[in-house]
Amino acid sequence: MRTEATGPAPEMPEKHYLNATYGIRSWLLTTDHKRIALLYLASVTFFFFIGGFFAMMIRLHLLTPNGYLLTPDLYNRMFTMHGVTMVFFFLIPSIPAILGNFLIPLMVGAKDLAFPKINLLSWYIYVVGGLFTLWSMVNGGLDTGWTFYTPFSTLYSNSAVAPAVVGVFITGFSSILTGLNFLVTVHTMRAPGMTWFRLPLFVWAHYATSIVMILGTPVIAITLGLAAMERVFGLGFFNPAMGGDPILFQHLFWFYSHPAVYIMILPAMGVISELIPTFARKRLFGYHFVAAASLAIAVIGFVVWTHHMFLTGQSTYAAVAFSFLTFIVAIPSAIKTFNWTATLFGGSISFDTPMLYAFGFLGLFMIGGLTGLFLGALGVDINIHDTYFVVAHFHYIMVGGAVMGYLGGLHFWWPKITGRMYPEWLARIAAFILFIGFNFTFFPQFILGIMGMPRRYHTYPPEFQIYNVMSTAGASILAIGYLLPMVYLTWAAFYGKVAGDNPWPATGLEWKTQSPPLTENFEVTPVVTWEAYDFHNRPDLGLDVPAGKGSPGVVAPAHGDD
Amino acid sequence: MHRTGALYGQFKTLEQQKDTATLGMWIFLVTEVMFFGGIMLAYTINRHTYFHAFAMGSNTLSLGLGGFNTVVLLASSFTMAMAVWSAQTSKKGLITLFLSLTIFLGFVFFGVKYVEYAQKFHHHLVPGKTFDIFYCVRNPAKCSDIDAADMAKEKEEIEAAVQADPDLNAHAQLYYSAYFGMTGLHALHMVIGAGLLFWLLKESVAGRFNAEWNNPVDIVGLYWHFVDIVWIYLFPLLYLIDRHK
Repeated sequence: MRTEATGPAPEMPEKHYLNATYGIRSWLLTTDHKRIALLYLASVTFFFFIGGFFAMMIRLHLLTPNGYLLTPDLYNRMFTMHGVTMVFFFLIPSIPAILGNFLIPLMVGAKDLAFPKINLLSWYIYVVGGLFTLWSMVNGGLDTGWTFYTPFSTLYSNSAVAPAVVGVFITGFSSILTGLNFLVTVHTMRAPGMTWFRLPLFVWAHYATSIVMILGTPVIAITLGLAAMERVFGLGFFNPAMGGDPILFQHLFWFYSHPAVYIMILPAMGVISELIPTFARKRLFGYHFVAAASLAIAVIGFVVWTHHMFLTGQSTYAAVAFSFLTFIVAIPSAIKTFNWTATLFGGSISFDTPMLYAFGFLGLFMIGGLTGLFLGALGVDINIHDTYFVVAHFHYIMVGGAVMGYLGGLHFWWPKITGRMYPEWLARIAAFILFIGFNFTFFPQFILGIMGMPRRYHTYPPEFQIYNVMSTAGASILAIGYLLPMVYLTWAAFYGKVAGDNPWPATGLEWKTQSPPLTENFEVTPVVTWEAYDFHNRPDLGLDVPAGKGSPGVVAPAHGDD
Repeated sequence: MHRTGALYGQFKTLEQQKDTATLGMWIFLVTEVMFFGGIMLAYTINRHTYFHAFAMGSNTLSLGLGGFNTVVLLASSFTMAMAVWSAQTSKKGLITLFLSLTIFLGFVFFGVKYVEYAQKFHHHLVPGKTFDIFYCVRNPAKCSDIDAADMAKEKEEIEAAVQADPDLNAHAQLYYSAYFGMTGLHALHMVIGAGLLFWLLKESVAGRFNAEWNNPVDIVGLYWHFVDIVWIYLFPLLYLIDRHK
């Protein structure tokens, strides 16, 4: 609950990007990055709920040891389509294509991304790729696992593999073009005074993400292209009958798909880096280190991929090296986590909804990250490889980390995107429901993994049932937690309280323009004269702060009365 | 975004616009390097493992046609560079001429590639059920386009290769997977490049390019040169594996 201490209640601006033009053509042919972000929001949410439906089917089936809901074959298809949808059509585009698209031009003080038409093209590519994959789903789906391992996917599977692989191949180009657009925009479109080290860390995180997108995604594209050509035309690189090597597919696949984990988590880290200074009213501790850590994750993330393949019979020396490099990549993540925590020290913390998500992220990402180290350790991995421990680990990163960051960011910038506030108390309750539901769903899976329950099996021994029941119950709570924000955020977009330009207030350039912004973003190109997250030298924020560089004064919290 | 003359609304100056477009194309070319990198890796590993089959496969390609196409592409790089130069110096007639020449050379390349591909289909050298590396040496009557001396040489080579690698037919299929995969992707890039060149030609006939405004010529030029460079790698990798005898 925020207190508007002085002044009249804010009003909606007369002219903004949402009412600049009307009609379906003005949306489908728009080159405005903000409208394209909303197109992505609609399509990504659509795929999120499809993926969520598959997840629900999996959990309901696993309620009992022998599973009465699905046939074994159908079960295989469910977990495959859950993975494909969530990874390629929800997690990878979620924060970059929605929040990144909307915010990067605003944050650097530009009128649009460098290539607005390519931005629209990338949305269409995403939709076409999505349609191919949906086509596979309505034709019976595919059962290869989201990893499409050969030679099963190329030679033996009787399911609709080709359209799904082609769909993922196509969608990859959407990701490549988004990354390219972001990189060029950050290089050439910054406003006067917006130096590299004044960029918000959200932009730094997206810069690092874009590097991964442009270097990794083409490799998965060619790999899936070769797999598709192998299935359709009989090329032989992955076919052992011709002397080809199925393990080569795994190497190429993970060369992208491990860095892809950082495509999912780095943008979420960028969101957290915005939320914590805003709701702790303090400059982020160790700005330069957090920025450099993003780049370090992007670079080191490219040299850890065979830790997914410790059991393929690769050379022990290679395994030791990759295990070591896996430990190294944890260091920049730890730097970020420590710096976020250190920022809280001595801050004026307020517990608005976005901050609740940030706290949720910190705890869950820490569990997910540390269990990743267990899996990167050779001796441990041999025991728990392909068990529910792995499933729990990556859901702590993907859902506990990336989705928490995504929802936190969506709440934080919803007033900027729509001009209206979401209902604060309902949103806080939803955040708690999500946190509880998430832990109920996935913590028991760690225990199941340690007990030895393998992933991707449709039955299990009766002694595992209690943990599976907990997990399924948690998934039901989680489902409510996801439906709530969809409902009240949609409601708030039309009927919420008018937010004003800078309701929190926060320090970024995106808050210096009206909410919702003009089509051109700013009436005049802004000139930046302040450092990032500097609450002390910003009289324009209306905070009661002792001025001056390095002022020791404590800034008042975001709200006063609760 | 509104457009004022050649300047798109999101930019402040033409210079900024040019820098942005050029950087964008360079980054795109980086993604292309990674894209071709995946298939080059598959090629490298298999060539190392199945050298005899790869050498045998390579020797069935026509050095003359491949070499001719290499010269054609190098010449097209030259005409493309001249088109860029003509645009930068506002020689409007020359831009159109050099763009047309570049397109012409591109189509000469396609024509030669068509002849080569057709030959491979005819000789049962396309991966799949009908693939048979021994087809021509066993059915010389059906491969009348290979003259007697070449046929004798091929027979000799194939016998030596089978000695070294009893599973030659399977592994030669891997070579042809690489051949069709790599040259096919390269040809696809050429087709896209030709489409872009036709668009440039249309614009240049309309007199749009001059010393102030020649950015599209410049960045399509970058793309065209990149596609040529890919061929400069493909030619030795595919045609020249074992020609030193």
